[in-house]
Amino acid sequence: MQTLASPAPRRRPRARHWAAQLALLPMAATVLLAYLGTLAWSVRVSFSSSRSLPVDDFVGLAQYSRLFASERWLLSLQNLALFGVLFIAACLVLGFLLAVFIDQQVSGEGLLRTVFLYPYAMSFVATGLVWQWLLNPELGLQAGVRALGWEQFGFDWIVSQDKVMYAIVLAAVWQAAGLVMALMLAGLRGIDDSLWKAARIDGIPRWRVYLSLVLPQLGPSFGTAAVLLSVSVVKLFDVVVAMTQGGPGVASEVPAKFIMDHLFGRANIGLASAASTVMLLTVLALVAPWLYARSRGARLGGQEGGR
Amino acid sequence: MNTRSLPALPLGPQGRAAARRRARWSPGRLGVYAFLLSAAAFFLLPLYVMLVTSVKPMEEIRLGHLFALPVKVTLEPWALAWSGACTGLQCEGIRGGFLNSVLIVVPSTLVSIFFGALNGYALSFWRPRGGQALFLVLLLGAFVPYQVVMFPLVRAFAAVSLFGTLPGIVLIHTLFGMPVMTLMFRNYYRSVPGELFKAARIDGGGFWRIFLQLMLPMSLPIVVVAVIMQVTAIWNDFILGLVFAGREHLPMTVQLNNVINTTTGERLYNVNMAATILTSLVPLLVYLLSGRWFVRGIAAGAVKG
Repeated sequence: MQTLASPAPRRRPRARHWAAQLALLPMAATVLLAYLGTLAWSVRVSFSSSRSLPVDDFVGLAQYSRLFASERWLLSLQNLALFGVLFIAACLVLGFLLAVFIDQQVSGEGLLRTVFLYPYAMSFVATGLVWQWLLNPELGLQAGVRALGWEQFGFDWIVSQDKVMYAIVLAAVWQAAGLVMALMLAGLRGIDDSLWKAARIDGIPRWRVYLSLVLPQLGPSFGTAAVLLSVSVVKLFDVVVAMTQGGPGVASEVPAKFIMDHLFGRANIGLASAASTVMLLTVLALVAPWLYARSRGARLGGQEGGR
Repeated sequence: MNTRSLPALPLGPQGRAAARRRARWSPGRLGVYAFLLSAAAFFLLPLYVMLVTSVKPMEEIRLGHLFALPVKVTLEPWALAWSGACTGLQCEGIRGGFLNSVLIVVPSTLVSIFFGALNGYALSFWRPRGGQALFLVLLLGAFVPYQVVMFPLVRAFAAVSLFGTLPGIVLIHTLFGMPVMTLMFRNYYRSVPGELFKAARIDGGGFWRIFLQLMLPMSLPIVVVAVIMQVTAIWNDFILGLVFAGREHLPMTVQLNNVINTTTGERLYNVNMAATILTSLVPLLVYLLSGRWFVRGIAAGAVKG
């Protein structure tokens, strides 16, 4: 696109173009080889019968039908959906509440912010390992609370096939809720003071202002947070490996881990490529509407930046 | 880029605070603090348990008092975690992983930031043909799950003998960091007045001279954000290190997971927790020292257009 900024540049000598073009070569190579080329390769392999080495034949959608006949894959999709809904909802609610409560002129605000956000600085692996111990029924929270005298206390999600995903959600929310808090807090601080003055003059209770006036205005913050969180949902891998290694049994299998296992452990790259193509389509379906909305918003809003 | 999209966390105490007088102690007020304190307890619980457990001898841990303070404080688990814990057959602790992580993080951060800045600069000021289209595809690349492109990259890297080498893992971090880094710098350079660039052109500055002598020195604030972001992200990376680093260069996160999840015999919880803290120390320090810059970095990762 050759859209020039409004004040037309004086002269555009040809020489300047090739230097810039040359400088963009690494980026062009990245886009063409590392992203588009590999994508095309993966999609192509997903239509072949490749097992441990890529084979150059064409078997149509056979790998896809195998994939969707696989219990393990279906379970991993189910787990991802369950995780995604619970994780995003819990992070948004908890993050918003934390931001609102912190915004009440409390003392020690800086300290509280630090406490809520520090898990986000830690890796998913470390986070997962910590929670693996905390949730271990023999030595973790369950044992700890029982030792305090509440003998019947039960908290064994991580070893239960039905509840293990909730344990993973718990750890992931602990890690990421602070991020949502930070984004929401920034949104809250961006709201015009006149709104608060007007609400005070009209005698509207504060909770009502938050619910009916502030919440709708935080739309963009919620959007950003939701996109960030959903990208991490699709990539969900580290925390599962660290917490449960997919277990008990395959109860906490997720797509990313399914693909990694079939690529490197089970030498089944045709099937894994089909699975990763499905994953890619899911991500595009999630991201495309948001990117589109943003680019439209930018165009309608005009005046984007100083140049 | 509008500045409001960047979180400006510190509250001007004059503005809204003055309008809403500091509330007196009331049941509502108590509720606010009760909520915040219980939330803080939830967030601090794992850190407390980690710290306390890491200085207990195993005999105390076996008793099962998770919350109890240590009766006898010992630093032995920390020493073991650093230089004696076993991953599989080797028992050298995770200090090797620490060194590997440093060796990976430093060049990866520098190289990925350099290319991000270069791309952003070329896109914003020179607008070469096809640049915008390339940039759009690159942005989509930020959302591609690693698994989708991983296997072909492994094969390509193996074909040119980069697989499992230090330059290989640096290159892979550069490839995957490029979308966000380019975006950040492009947005930053867009806020630089065009007149400045024109003046430099009139003074006879060429492509590289303007970049190295004018734009890069001006980019200090965004470079700080980018460094924080990349150091944290690359240090915390697990999957790329697992696949691309090779046995010789496994980063600390991968070694940590190996220490803990391949243990045979009794699990040394105190050593494990010390190892986890050690692994998290660098990003935690970055976070604590950088304050709100850290939040800016995350928000910049939220792909703003």
